[in-house]
Amino acid sequence: MGCLPLEVSRGPGKVSSIELIRSNELGRESLSIVEAHDLSYTYPASEAPALKGVNLTIQRGEMVVLTGPSGCGKTTLCRCFNGLIPNFYGGELQGDITVAGLSIKEHSTSELAQHVGFVFQNPENQLFALSVEKDIAFGLENLAIPREEMRRRIDRAMDMVGIADLKDIAPFELSGGQQQRVAIACVLAMQPDLIVLDEPTSFLDPVAARNLFEIISSLNRDLGLTTILVEHRLDLLSTYATRVIVMDEGAIVADGAPREVFASKEVEALGIGLPKVTRLFRMFSEQGLSLGKPVISVDELAREIRRRVVK
Amino acid sequence: MIEVRDLYYTYPSGVQAVSGVTVTIRDKEFVAIMGENGAGKSTLVKHFNGILKPTKGEVLVDGRPTTKASVAELSRDVGLVFQNPDHQLFSETVEEEIAFGLRNFGFGEKDIEERTAWVLSLLDLMRYRKASPFILSGGERKRVALASVLAWDPKVIVLDEPTIGQDYGQKEKLRQFVLEINEQGRSVVMVTHDVEFVADCSPRVIVMSKGRIVGDGEANEILTDAELLSRASIIPPQITQLLDQLSDLGLPRHVIDLHQAKTLLDRLVGVGVEG
Repeated sequence: MGCLPLEVSRGPGKVSSIELIRSNELGRESLSIVEAHDLSYTYPASEAPALKGVNLTIQRGEMVVLTGPSGCGKTTLCRCFNGLIPNFYGGELQGDITVAGLSIKEHSTSELAQHVGFVFQNPENQLFALSVEKDIAFGLENLAIPREEMRRRIDRAMDMVGIADLKDIAPFELSGGQQQRVAIACVLAMQPDLIVLDEPTSFLDPVAARNLFEIISSLNRDLGLTTILVEHRLDLLSTYATRVIVMDEGAIVADGAPREVFASKEVEALGIGLPKVTRLFRMFSEQGLSLGKPVISVDELAREIRRRVVK
Repeated sequence: MIEVRDLYYTYPSGVQAVSGVTVTIRDKEFVAIMGENGAGKSTLVKHFNGILKPTKGEVLVDGRPTTKASVAELSRDVGLVFQNPDHQLFSETVEEEIAFGLRNFGFGEKDIEERTAWVLSLLDLMRYRKASPFILSGGERKRVALASVLAWDPKVIVLDEPTIGQDYGQKEKLRQFVLEINEQGRSVVMVTHDVEFVADCSPRVIVMSKGRIVGDGEANEILTDAELLSRASIIPPQITQLLDQLSDLGLPRHVIDLHQAKTLLDRLVGVGVEG
């Protein structure tokens, strides 16, 4: 059911992408994991729609950053991925969205949750058991996974995020960065097709945040795990993302490679948190100093400036 | 004024979170406290309104030891906004959440109404007046928590991780707002990991690591001290990283501001120079 390969790849040996593509339940080979067509949604007792005609295809293996001002609909869109909308929240849903080939209108959240794992801002809200491995086991126990299989999946999930040595420790005794890795391991053990992380580094110090993004990025790069990161702080992950989707007022307003999206006028007008180096680059461009393609990292801007130093 | 004298705090679990901190937050100051997860930042600020009492040492609020006053009394002067709004919010509506503290401090109904309206519009929450805090997003709940404390207008406002879940526009609003309430004579203390936000605000920065204070100074000195920052798991702001990479070109150190960097780089690449 899951799309992850059975073996964890280590070092430079990459798992070939073909292994990661499993047929969906209908038996069709499918490259897309999320497909939304004209998706609109209004919460109960709300007048304005939270989503307005969203069209979106996310391919397996992508690393998507979903951003936009608060209230733009990104959390609402994520709630569709595991069917909390409409199954839990009610409200009015128009158009359709399928996740791993399953329409959220026809499948329950418990079915969809087997394909989509969520990691939230604050790991404290997600972890509760008295040991790391019991926390990871919880989701599997609920699915009545046989003991041997459970053991195997737990060990593998812990390995993937580097927490095997913490297995007997209570999550509340761990640092924020370690807790967030436990939360990710809990999700990985369920072998999801898609992992959605909602500002997962908000509570972490900058070094722990960078380390976590590196783990998430390697899960995506080496194992092909489709990843959607909801994030405001684009400076932290502009170099990891393969695609940035910007939402505003319930609609997608920009969608493309980070470099293209950061350069677009629409995005600038929205005032999303472009990296400071990208802003500096823009200030130079506006004065007529062309520094080549838009920069998304400190290294790139330093290089461009160095090339143009007046001797 | 908050005076912390040789403070030690050990949690009931036996974890010593603060180990010998001496620091003074003067009236009208704007201070950021930074440091790695578990450095003791939140533990320290929880002493400012007496939620935590020192295991050893003392904390004085306007000369009064926190052990000699109730949390309610201290909170009137030192308002603490928690990191996790869910630890703070409990009312049925946003409006009631704001009114709760005011009522407890003995404000009259008319005053409560006015202050609630003031703070809700200030923080862009008016449209959620009748909504339950729990249907709001994380970022919105954080603003409700901030509003509920601001409403009674304490002299010192302590914000634990105020930028979490806030988008760029809201952060910019928060920055202006924090500078404004500071300008009006209130002290502002914020605990944060958000290096770029601190660079934009440019307050006094206290760096903690492993329960102690390891750095204390102006933002442009502290945030450009790579060695100090790395001890506390902080990554320098992008502007500082950029100028550091170009340091062989004769750029000055201690730069954290975007516009200052732009001026310096202009000279380097010949923007604005004729000829």
